[in-house]
Amino acid sequence: MSFAITKEAEVVVVDVEGQLIVGNRQELKQKVLDELERGEKKFLIDFSQTGYIDSSGLGVLVSLSKKIREQGGELRLANLNDDLKTLFELTKLDTLFQIADTRERALESF
Amino acid sequence: MIEVDIPSDVQYIEKVVELVQRECALMEFGARQLMLNLAVALTEALSNAILRGNGDNPAKHVHVTARVDRVRLIIEVLDEGGGFDLDTCTLDPTTPDNVDREDGRGLFLMRQLMDRVERFDDDRGNVVRLTLNRR
Repeated sequence: MSFAITKEAEVVVVDVEGQLIVGNRQELKQKVLDELERGEKKFLIDFSQTGYIDSSGLGVLVSLSKKIREQGGELRLANLNDDLKTLFELTKLDTLFQIADTRERALESF
Repeated sequence: MIEVDIPSDVQYIEKVVELVQRECALMEFGARQLMLNLAVALTEALSNAILRGNGDNPAKHVHVTARVDRVRLIIEVLDEGGGFDLDTCTLDPTTPDNVDREDGRGLFLMRQLMDRVERFDDDRGNVVRLTLNRR
């Protein structure tokens, strides 16, 4: 599991490779907060290479969403597979996040 | 039957999940059950056992048994904690007041994703039993 951070135009893109669970959620949180502290405002988290997410991972996404918003920034999620979509629907987090089907659509939406 | 004993360290969770996924795959559980129902619910049960039951104390252990056949998977996760009331501790994270909480989704997800979740004490400690019927 790892998190790859790249910059596309003005957007910080985070690829979550593997699982986003209790054992690594803090690493994702810290990486995004570091970018936020550097003054970045637009964030996209891409789940195309993600296996599964647990409640701790979902909690970190909620936390990051709040912190980014507090700093006047925006967060988008992209490429949730059917299992991940179900997870967001079960918890109604699909109503809290802006979720795009593809990375390109997410980038266009900023 | 799978039987493993792990120290209270969340870094072991993924390996235990992989082990149980492999056995279930041999019994032809579907991809969705492996990657969603089993993976998420077992991660939640192990996480609860390590962080809450055992208080994240690496000197304490979590014992996992899994019995799987072509009909169902039954997993028992045993920790050294005092147990909890499943109904009292399960929040509904989908209400307007709770939806943007950072915590409180674990037991809810476990119960949504498994066919049966039970919690009981035995002479060794606190047990959470998860049952998933193969579909």
